[in-house]
Amino acid sequence: MTFTRPKFRHPDLPPNALGYTRRDYEGALSTLCAGCGHDSISNAIIQACYELPLEPHRVVKMSGIGCSSKTPAYFLGRSHGFNSVHGRMPAIATGANMANRDLLYLGVSGDGDTASIGLGQFTHVVRRNLNMVYIVMNNGCYGLTKGQDSATADRGSTSKKGAPNLFESIDLCELAIQLGAGFVARGFSGDKIQLVPLLKAAMSHKGFSLVDVISPCVTFNNTNASTKSYQYVRDHAEATGTLDFIPLRQEITTEYQEGSTQEVPLHDGSVIYLYKGEGARDITNRRAAMDSLESHRVESRIMTGILYFQEGIEDTHEMIKTSQQPLNALQQEDLCPGNAALQQLMEGYR
Amino acid sequence: MSQQAYLFIYPCEITPLKPTDIQDPEYFHKVIDCQYACPAHTPVPEYIRLIADGRYADAYMINWHSNVFPGVLGRICDRPCEPACRRGRVDKDPVAICRLKRVTADFKDDIRARLPKIPSDKNGKKIALIGGGPASLTVAHDLMPLGYQIDLYDEQAAAGGFMRSQVPSFRLPLEVLDEEISYILDMGVTTTFNCRITSLKEFLQKGYDAVFIGTGAPRGRDMPNLPGRREGGASIHVGIEWLAAVSYGHIEEIGTTTLVIGGGNTAMDCCRMARRLGGKDVRVVVRGPRSKMNASPWEIEDALREKIPIMENLTPLEFVVKDGRLIGMHFEKAGGGKEPVFVACDEVLLAVGQQNAFTWIEKDLGLKLKNRWVPVIDEVTLQSTLPQVFFGGDAAFGPRNVITAVALGHRAAISIDLFCRGKDLKDRPGPSVTLSSQKMGVHDWIYDSRVTDEARQHVPTVETVKSIEDRMLEVELGFNKKSGKTEAERCLNCDVQTVFNFKECIECDACVDICPTSCINFLVNGDEEDLRARLSMPAKNTSQALYVSDILKTGRVMVKDENVCLHCGLCAERCPTAAWEMVKCFYACAKAGQ
Ligand SMILES: Cc1cc2nc3c(=O)[nH]c(=O)nc-3n(C[C@H](O)[C@H](O)[C@H](O)COP(=O)(O)OP(=O)(O)OC[C@H]3O[C@@H](n4cnc5c(N)ncnc54)[C@H](O)[C@@H]3O)c2cc1C
Ligand SMILES: Cc1ncc(C[n+]2csc(CCOP(=O)(O)OP(=O)(O)O)c2C)c(N)n1
Ligand code: SF4
Ligand code: SF4
Ligand code: SF4
Ligand SMILES: [Mg+2]
Repeated sequence: MTFTRPKFRHPDLPPNALGYTRRDYEGALSTLCAGCGHDSISNAIIQACYELPLEPHRVVKMSGIGCSSKTPAYFLGRSHGFNSVHGRMPAIATGANMANRDLLYLGVSGDGDTASIGLGQFTHVVRRNLNMVYIVMNNGCYGLTKGQDSATADRGSTSKKGAPNLFESIDLCELAIQLGAGFVARGFSGDKIQLVPLLKAAMSHKGFSLVDVISPCVTFNNTNASTKSYQYVRDHAEATGTLDFIPLRQEITTEYQEGSTQEVPLHDGSVIYLYKGEGARDITNRRAAMDSLESHRVESRIMTGILYFQEGIEDTHEMIKTSQQPLNALQQEDLCPGNAALQQLMEGYR
Repeated sequence: MSQQAYLFIYPCEITPLKPTDIQDPEYFHKVIDCQYACPAHTPVPEYIRLIADGRYADAYMINWHSNVFPGVLGRICDRPCEPACRRGRVDKDPVAICRLKRVTADFKDDIRARLPKIPSDKNGKKIALIGGGPASLTVAHDLMPLGYQIDLYDEQAAAGGFMRSQVPSFRLPLEVLDEEISYILDMGVTTTFNCRITSLKEFLQKGYDAVFIGTGAPRGRDMPNLPGRREGGASIHVGIEWLAAVSYGHIEEIGTTTLVIGGGNTAMDCCRMARRLGGKDVRVVVRGPRSKMNASPWEIEDALREKIPIMENLTPLEFVVKDGRLIGMHFEKAGGGKEPVFVACDEVLLAVGQQNAFTWIEKDLGLKLKNRWVPVIDEVTLQSTLPQVFFGGDAAFGPRNVITAVALGHRAAISIDLFCRGKDLKDRPGPSVTLSSQKMGVHDWIYDSRVTDEARQHVPTVETVKSIEDRMLEVELGFNKKSGKTEAERCLNCDVQTVFNFKECIECDACVDICPTSCINFLVNGDEEDLRARLSMPAKNTSQALYVSDILKTGRVMVKDENVCLHCGLCAERCPTAAWEMVKCFYACAKAGQ
């Protein structure tokens, strides 16, 4: 096994608007199984950050425990990161976000990390609309501990172990919409054409964005009877519409046909263009989104793309009125405004 | 998934590419950039791996079979392989292929036992070789083991052609040349030296079954009409005649100030030799700008290192002779004023080109010449219009280099053998290709797949002061075993091919994601131009092939741009289904008697 990746890259790698090449967003060589969907998602993250573009040092990677939670080591090697305990990534992300609201928080978790041990943490971070991107690398099993069924495994789906799953599955997207998330999307690790713009849009959204990415575990859950296998997902996935993400300030060069395209502006001036297929619905309608997810589920279809989108929801900072400035930028005068200010405050309580 | 992206109707003007035919021996051959560029198609990566393993004699023999003079070529080859080397496209410098060839010669042990056995029972056919340069010697190298009786004629006192008379010993020591020539002559070639053939008509009376003409391009161009040429004659020499005279010891000194006219490799040898004969002030004068000089960059560097200035954009106008003595030359400066530029000198060497000369071939023989210098021959078979006469080396297409002479020698040998056996010359044997899987364990390869970051190793030289004093002293010292190994490990193993089995692929993207140089793509098929533009890294180098698969389950195809593949094997290591395989492709050219 080769444990090093050659240092050479394509000689024509173009720099992005910030002067970085794709290489500047790479991380260490992955130690996951060959063919793991998670590696593809890592690469989609690299691509999205490069294309947006983001400054690597303004990104914070947060994760829990699992093969999925290991991936932050394999992308954005020049960003900040914290690999926390199982299911507790949301708490750590919340703390960090409270301390410094100016960075981009990229939470990476698994279906076990999120829907089993971390379900409580997940629901609350959604409710609070923490300004972060929450990526679930969803393989329907606990890959790291040898493939036990997870809470997102569909009832009847059968992993390598051979016994069909007995329990009802949790749909994280439905849950997030119900709990008030403003950006909810589903992708597939095997389709970067869709996944990269999904991630870019999620990274540009202010507030909580969930990107649930179906990511086959080639080793334990890529069987013919699994609903999280490459083949099953390819046969059953249905996009809400192909999409294009045009970041702020970037010239729009494609011509968009009127009527068939939904234009979704983001707070920072970026725009999502959705080319809707037949029978498409408005992605900003919460009830329609829930209905659509349900009806697809009944027909064993997997809906992908942006499932629900709502701008302008207050995020945690706005709800609890925190300092506008990152804590590390506060000066002594800000933190200790002196006796006069104290007296004024006390006056308010009399 | 977004199916609509994949279910794609081609506009009628687009013809999607057909799956690449990797059974075609030329497909993988072309991926082996160095071997493909080598006129003799030496299996470069194969011998380089053997050097890394310390198997110098094995590496030498691979070379010997293909380029015949590894020790010579490892020093003086024009090395068309190096500009072609893949490493040069991803790293600063290509692999030092040429100097690694020298490593095989320097560190091998006695290889005589490995040379082909020569049958004592001859096949009854007699072949004559006119000229004893690399082209003729290659014909002997190929035909002696087949039982031919071979007679070689040369007007020089020993075999080797220009390798002996022109290439200076400070670049190619005589012992190296003698050793490699002896491997061939000792097969039992009958030699007749100091014998100039003056009439082909008479020669053909000898009744040889076939005659090979490898007389080179022995005539140096002069500037007979330049004013002062006759008057200054004693101090003005044609470069290649002068070099030959030096190598035979007829000339031992030169004036203090020498001008060498011309910008090719011959000019570089002339100026460096002039320094060694005591020339204190030697300058090279070229007509055009320095960037347009014909000489190989490394030859120019060597001259500069020996403190030989190059004067550019000067066109010779006249030799200035005073009191019967050459005192300098007048030049016209390109873009300069009307006034000619005067450069003082007391000796001039003309290195302005060479040509063949077939004054000894009678017009009424039925052997057609295009003009005095170029014979009419079949480009593939090298047969002349007189069926039993073949040409090769510089005599065939004009002055080239040693490795081309060798390649043409091999080609002529095949033709001569077919001719003597009464076979169709156009029905030629093809190359042989051996494919061998490199898989050893789950993620282990037989070849060393690591890609080192080492820079090109420097070849040490003797001190300039010392080498200038002795024209027989070789300037380059060559790699030692350690630097040779380090350099050998820089080779990217371009003969270890990535073979894609589309039926196994589950389109997981693992190979796309791991590939360091973004070679692999999965997309909707298109025509070549369209595909090249749509790859994640557009494939701008059109001299490099696209490897296109059959149609995959999603309706897409795999397209790999061969251009900057590092042959690192990571795609195959990362593939969960072993759809990628690393397979060594050993490509060997057709041989006479095959
Ligand atoms: C100064 C100089 C430096 C060079 N340096 C290099 C170099 O570094 N690397 C490189 O690859 N190439 C170099 N070359 C070119 C290379 O030497 C030739 O391309 C190569 O030797 C051609 O081989 P050949 O077998 O065709 O003929 P040659 O090597 O030219 O041999 C022809 C032989 O035929 C003999 N001959 C000619 N006519 C007759 C006749 N009528 N009867 C009998 N014998 C005859 C000649 O005496 C000669 O020995 C150099 C050439 C010159 C002039
Ligand atoms: C507190 C705690 N409980 C249990 C474990 C064991 N454990 C490690 S990873 C894991 C499940 C990971 O599943 P998932 O998040 O889906 O990641 P995957 O490996 O599938 O990507 C479990 C249960 C643990 N590390 N810590
Ligand atoms: S066990 Fe499954 S999830 Fe973990 S690295 Fe292997 S394939 Fe990926
Ligand atoms: S061997 Fe495979 S992974 Fe390595 S550079 Fe070539 S295509 Fe890419
Ligand atoms: S890694 Fe193998 S299975 Fe996966 S896309 Fe590449 S060739 Fe296909
Ligand atoms: Mg999991």
